[in-house]
Amino acid sequence: MSFFSFGQTAEIDIVLNDAETRKKVEHKTEDGKKDKYFLFYDGETVSGKVNVTLKNPGKRLEHQGIKIEFIGQIELYFDRGNHHEFVSLVKDLARPGEMAQSQTFDFEFTHVEKPYESYTGQNVKLRYFLRATISRRLNDVCKELDIVVHTLSTYPELNSSIKMEVGIEDCLHIEFEYNKSKYHLKDVIVGKIYFLLVRIKIKHMEIDIIKRETTGTGPNVYHENDTIAKYEIMDGAPVRGESIPIRLFLAGYEMTPTMRDINKKFSVRYYLNLVLIDEEERRYFKQQEITLWRKGDIVRKSMSHQAAIASQRFEGSASSEKALSQAKEEDD
Amino acid sequence: MSEATVADTRRLNSKPQDLTDAYGPPSNFLEIDVYDPQTIGVGRNRFTTYEVRMKTNLPIFKLKESCVRRRYSDFEWLKNELERDSKIVVPPLPGKALKRQLPFRGDEGIFEESFIEERRSGLEQFINRIAGHPLAQNERCLHMFLQDESIDRNYIPGKVRQ
Repeated sequence: MSFFSFGQTAEIDIVLNDAETRKKVEHKTEDGKKDKYFLFYDGETVSGKVNVTLKNPGKRLEHQGIKIEFIGQIELYFDRGNHHEFVSLVKDLARPGEMAQSQTFDFEFTHVEKPYESYTGQNVKLRYFLRATISRRLNDVCKELDIVVHTLSTYPELNSSIKMEVGIEDCLHIEFEYNKSKYHLKDVIVGKIYFLLVRIKIKHMEIDIIKRETTGTGPNVYHENDTIAKYEIMDGAPVRGESIPIRLFLAGYEMTPTMRDINKKFSVRYYLNLVLIDEEERRYFKQQEITLWRKGDIVRKSMSHQAAIASQRFEGSASSEKALSQAKEEDD
Repeated sequence: MSEATVADTRRLNSKPQDLTDAYGPPSNFLEIDVYDPQTIGVGRNRFTTYEVRMKTNLPIFKLKESCVRRRYSDFEWLKNELERDSKIVVPPLPGKALKRQLPFRGDEGIFEESFIEERRSGLEQFINRIAGHPLAQNERCLHMFLQDESIDRNYIPGKVRQ
């Protein structure tokens, strides 16, 4: 706000055309709070209206131009001054001149490329936003509207299981297996730990999910590790030949898809850490990377049909077959 | 028909466990007792020894049962050897109690019954913690401490297996 001018000031408001119908999602802000933002996907058009409201009726607003930008940028917290813009589109709304009254401008960014997912992390932030600017001689008037972008994938063609034998010679040998190497964010990790040799006194075993955010390049690489989940899978001492099952539902944890070398600026990777703890609190662990991806939502056709499919997965029985045929009847 | 979106959470296939493995004795049996403190000698040249009895079925130990007598300075020697040769963070020993060794004390000093019991308990905790460590089990000094009649301070330090 200018204290020395008796001239006109204006307020800007950005409104999307599909604000009523477009889905909003929660996204963490830098200070840890959660806010809701409009959700966009790659290729979608971003269109709306910019409302410029003059504060002092009757007075004219002199300006050097009004424009709206669509920006996708990466901000590294240790290098705040430099924003790395990977998407930068601009539409001029008004040539330099005077505005006599409040006005509304339409804008449309057609089929905008949004190659990366929005991400707010410990040391880096990737965000997309619209910014409307009224350029003036002394100070510009600006308004930003943040949006959130999700990147979707489909079931990977190749999704081999992870199976490995590890151990300490003549002390502890285990074989662990996870059913896939690539999991979507609402998937279930199904696996098992098979004990081949146990010569130490194990107290319990757990699986941790670790998120590693890597920022910087070359000699300035910085890794930030964060344990997202700790899930106990065994309590007590196992013996040779014992097999411990794993069933870890990922939907309960706040995670993002795996991001590899985004714009050569940062990566976010996820690891499963299998930890065994013995009676003297010594920890034995094996870390394994998994790939997380985001699946598009599918509208469920009928809950009873889904329930019937689920029951069919367990040992076949006459009752589950009856449930399946009953559900089919309801659908028809 | 809509795509089934219910996750498959069935367990992975496993070999059924052998009953001898399931109900057999565990292969991680290791128990060390430190007991029977005896004060040997007279006057200023007294010292206390403890019996260190070990029972185990771990194949890395040559003897499945052993029984030796050790004094506090032997435990100190073991701690120093392990700190020098292995990468382990060695657990602490019970205190050296230098103040108790000063003259003109009202009590028996380091030969006081309650002190000996405290020390015995601390030594037992120490030796159990260190003997169960897979890396410590590789050190010759640990095997000599637990299973040889006497400690040869001029031994050649090394590993028990490759």
